[in-house]
Amino acid sequence: MAYAFDFASVLEYREVLVDGTLKTLALTAIGTVLGLAVGILGAVSRAWKLAPFDRLFAVYVEAIRNTPFLVQLFFIFFGLPSLGVQINEWQAAILAVVVNLGAYTTEIIRAGIEATPKGQIEAAQSLAMGRAQIFRHVVLPPALLKVWPAICSQVVIVMLGTSVCSQIAAEELTFAANFIQSRNFRAFETYFVVTAIYFLLAIAVRQVLIQAGQRLIARRTK
Amino acid sequence: MALVRIDALHKHFGSNHVLRGIDLDIEEGQVIALIGRSGSGKSTLLRTINGLESFDEGCIEVDGERIHPHETDLRALRQKVGMVFQQFNLFPHLTVGQNVMLATRIVRKLGDAEARELALAMLDKVGLREKFDAFPDQLSGGQQQRVAIARALAMQPRVLLCDEITSALDPELVNEVLAVVKTLAAEGMTLIMVTHEMRFAREVGDKLVFMYQGRIHEAGDPQELFANPRTPELASFIGSIN
Repeated sequence: MAYAFDFASVLEYREVLVDGTLKTLALTAIGTVLGLAVGILGAVSRAWKLAPFDRLFAVYVEAIRNTPFLVQLFFIFFGLPSLGVQINEWQAAILAVVVNLGAYTTEIIRAGIEATPKGQIEAAQSLAMGRAQIFRHVVLPPALLKVWPAICSQVVIVMLGTSVCSQIAAEELTFAANFIQSRNFRAFETYFVVTAIYFLLAIAVRQVLIQAGQRLIARRTK
Repeated sequence: MALVRIDALHKHFGSNHVLRGIDLDIEEGQVIALIGRSGSGKSTLLRTINGLESFDEGCIEVDGERIHPHETDLRALRQKVGMVFQQFNLFPHLTVGQNVMLATRIVRKLGDAEARELALAMLDKVGLREKFDAFPDQLSGGQQQRVAIARALAMQPRVLLCDEITSALDPELVNEVLAVVKTLAAEGMTLIMVTHEMRFAREVGDKLVFMYQGRIHEAGDPQELFANPRTPELASFIGSIN
């Protein structure tokens, strides 16, 4: 059985591929920024037992970590409109990514916060710093620095997971692949190329995040 | 009037009555050495003075700032009371300069230039001006503790609390820290020190306070008490140290 590979038929759709790649990256970027914000709020609520938020975040984290991402996405995209919330596919995709990443990073960042030596906080208190100032300047930067590799891994997992957003017709990279192979009937070549793009994206995103983390959080030049 | 007044202070840790009625007045410029066995309540007493430990009965007043049991807003008090810890507790992600400037900028609200100038002056005082851009993990223990002293001084406290500040140091690094404290004492800084450095307490202290089972068992002139302890407990404590 001889199969004649035809990658040219995939490259004909390069604009669709580029567009899908950019949308996957944009979804990941927005989701990461907002998801980390949620994760930081969740982590401090849980680590410092800020009632009632600590309980709420505990329930939220368990709900998200024990259910599939695709179901979370469907719940948001198909479920919310039943309650009268109008939401398009991109809003749903972003919301799902933020909610998902927020839950995982809550637990990751919490571990970093809880590893803060008590003496650091006492030193800050003795300098008359308030609770919010202590969190912002003394607790959070070393905590993020400690768990940054875990956060980078989680972001990559979430980026790869965004492929399921194709199921609600968000035109990201996997949607592009499905679209192309339905036109050129070259499933192998199309998914091969898209798989390679995901692979390279994952490696690039991880590298960029690790570098950015060291710059932003550590501010250590040498 | 005394700069620090402690009246009838009581504290419990669960069923453990750790402070059993402490009365202590400290005048401006005095150097107080708090000594006693571990568990005698000396560190707890020190930590109540800037609110790191709460207390159950009594009252503490520092420079007119009065705190009562279970007070929660302690920031005004803490602006008047600096503290240096056994484990230095420098912020590891900040440079030496940033460690000293952080609270002066966000608590005292000094501008960048002013905070920087103050930090340099304080680091100068502890002999570490050239370490402004170094990170804490690049310094020796003695240097880190001197930075911690500079950081506390930059808040311009009325009283400085020192909690066994040389206990975590290698023996050869103890003197550089004690030399800094000695300079502060000579400049008239009010110091309350929990210490195991008996020779230092005797030389630099204006008043020795011996804690025993949650009470001030003996207090007075250090030279006098070391030479002639009035109670068998202090005599035995001094004996066990030497």
